[in-house]
Amino acid sequence: MSRGPRAGWGLKIGTVLLLVFLYLPLGVIVLYAFTTQSTSFTFPPPGLTTDWFAVAFRQENMWDAFGRSLAVASAATGVALLLGGSLAAAVYRATFFGRNALAFVVVLPIALPGIVTGLALRATFVSVGFPLGYWTIVIGHATFCIVIVFNNVVARLRRMSPNLVEASADLGASGWQTFRWVVWPNLATAVLAGGILAFALSFDEIIVTTFTRAQDPTLPIYILNSLFRPRNRPVTNVVALLAIVTTFIPVLIAQLLTRDPAERRSGTLAAATTQPSA
Amino acid sequence: MAVAVSTRGRRISGFFHRHPRGRLALLLTPATVWLVVVYLGSILGLLRFSFWSLEEFTGLLDKRFTLSTYASLLEPANLDIIRRTAGIAATVTVLAGLFAFPYAYFTARFASPRLKTFLYIAALMPLWSSYLVRALSWRQILAEEGVMLWFLRKVGLEGVVRLILEAPLIGGPTFIASKFSLILVYTYLWLPFMVLPLITALERVPGSFLEASSDLGARPRMTFRRIVLPLAKPGLVAGSIFTFSLTLGDFILPTMFGGSEFILGQQVFVQQGVVGNDPLAAAFTAVAMAIMIVYLSLAKRAGAFEAL
Repeated sequence: MSRGPRAGWGLKIGTVLLLVFLYLPLGVIVLYAFTTQSTSFTFPPPGLTTDWFAVAFRQENMWDAFGRSLAVASAATGVALLLGGSLAAAVYRATFFGRNALAFVVVLPIALPGIVTGLALRATFVSVGFPLGYWTIVIGHATFCIVIVFNNVVARLRRMSPNLVEASADLGASGWQTFRWVVWPNLATAVLAGGILAFALSFDEIIVTTFTRAQDPTLPIYILNSLFRPRNRPVTNVVALLAIVTTFIPVLIAQLLTRDPAERRSGTLAAATTQPSA
Repeated sequence: MAVAVSTRGRRISGFFHRHPRGRLALLLTPATVWLVVVYLGSILGLLRFSFWSLEEFTGLLDKRFTLSTYASLLEPANLDIIRRTAGIAATVTVLAGLFAFPYAYFTARFASPRLKTFLYIAALMPLWSSYLVRALSWRQILAEEGVMLWFLRKVGLEGVVRLILEAPLIGGPTFIASKFSLILVYTYLWLPFMVLPLITALERVPGSFLEASSDLGARPRMTFRRIVLPLAKPGLVAGSIFTFSLTLGDFILPTMFGGSEFILGQQVFVQQGVVGNDPLAAAFTAVAMAIMIVYLSLAKRAGAFEAL
């Protein structure tokens, strides 16, 4: 006797509870950005106000950190698009000596804890005499962003029929024309999605940044520094909200651009890199 | 002018068409140089530090080969750190597996295609809000005047809190300073990494297997234990790679939760940044790398890479 695929109550409750567990903390961040208390987070909040937004937005060093994060993430994404995209084009279908080894090295920045990447790069910068600052942060971020673009583009290329390119060449198109009119339209959303994910990763990254920066904070470092400030504590929540909005919406768009489960999974792997260790 | 450009363009693309190896080299070189020379080179450079030592009196770097730094990992204080970290990582991994399973099973087997996409993205999205922001919200939830204690008081379960705080391994002076909180927040932070590969693995369990099992008279519990769980194993192992390795390398959360006892990532951070003992910091990262390499090779044998 088969009952057909119907979920039991236990399973449904477990699913709903996990959804609540996953999203309640984000709701708490939003809620306390509006609380009237300045030094503690009483629940329920005694009153609500939008004053903290004004306080936060008046802070120049917050905007400095925000701008720095945007600049770092843009440059790291640019490098990652170039290197990850070209690597994907090379590895896809071609066979050459060391191909498997290279595929392994690409994944290493994800597989090894971020503290390793950060510390290793720092040691190199210091011993070579390269001054720590904006560019060293960009180099650190680009290193783990390459993988994301690479994974997204390779997954799309593998799904694309090789007949398309051959047909285009048979019809007399040059290599550039084939790329522009046949390959690129198929590839564009994967490149865009990879780029958005890379941007979001870089924007939120804190571990590699800790080791490769000099003095000036990025936005996550700014938030970390303000965590233990005794007064005006809801300001941190306002900044946190700003950080959430800056990455959440683009990533949601990226998710909607990638319908292929393999590409989605590469996004999951990618997300692992911004977490403190991987 | 446009004609000239286009013929030159044609000549270049013609060259690469006739010389596919040349094109390959052009595409490969930038990323290879970056990853192999800059990245891999840096890792090897870091490992070299772990074979050096600090001179005992001057505190200067002694660049002669020695295993003494690795030997110092075996000192009780350092061994404690490794053991404590591994214990926390293992607990977090088991909890994440337990929390994730119903959600993943429901998503993979019972949800309609639309709901499935929704649940998948819903599990993925928290990863894209900053790690730090999510940790911050738990400080506000677990604070003395926060939501958690408010809720427990409402439902009359205050006693549970005292029980947790007085418990031997997970206790602490306050809720935020207890190991319980540290483990809870780690579980929360890494949970999506367990959910997503688990969905992937469970999607591959053919419905016909489950029907066959029940047709042959197995009760649901038996079917679950003998059919679903073994087939879910690659997903669980794949998820555990994340939960384990992420806990292993973190150094920020223990400054926010769980009192003053160090875990591995913190020790690396402090030895490098505060104490200035680069060799010891490097040796600790070598431990983390070694644990992950062993773990990855075991995981590969369990077929976990297909579920990634």
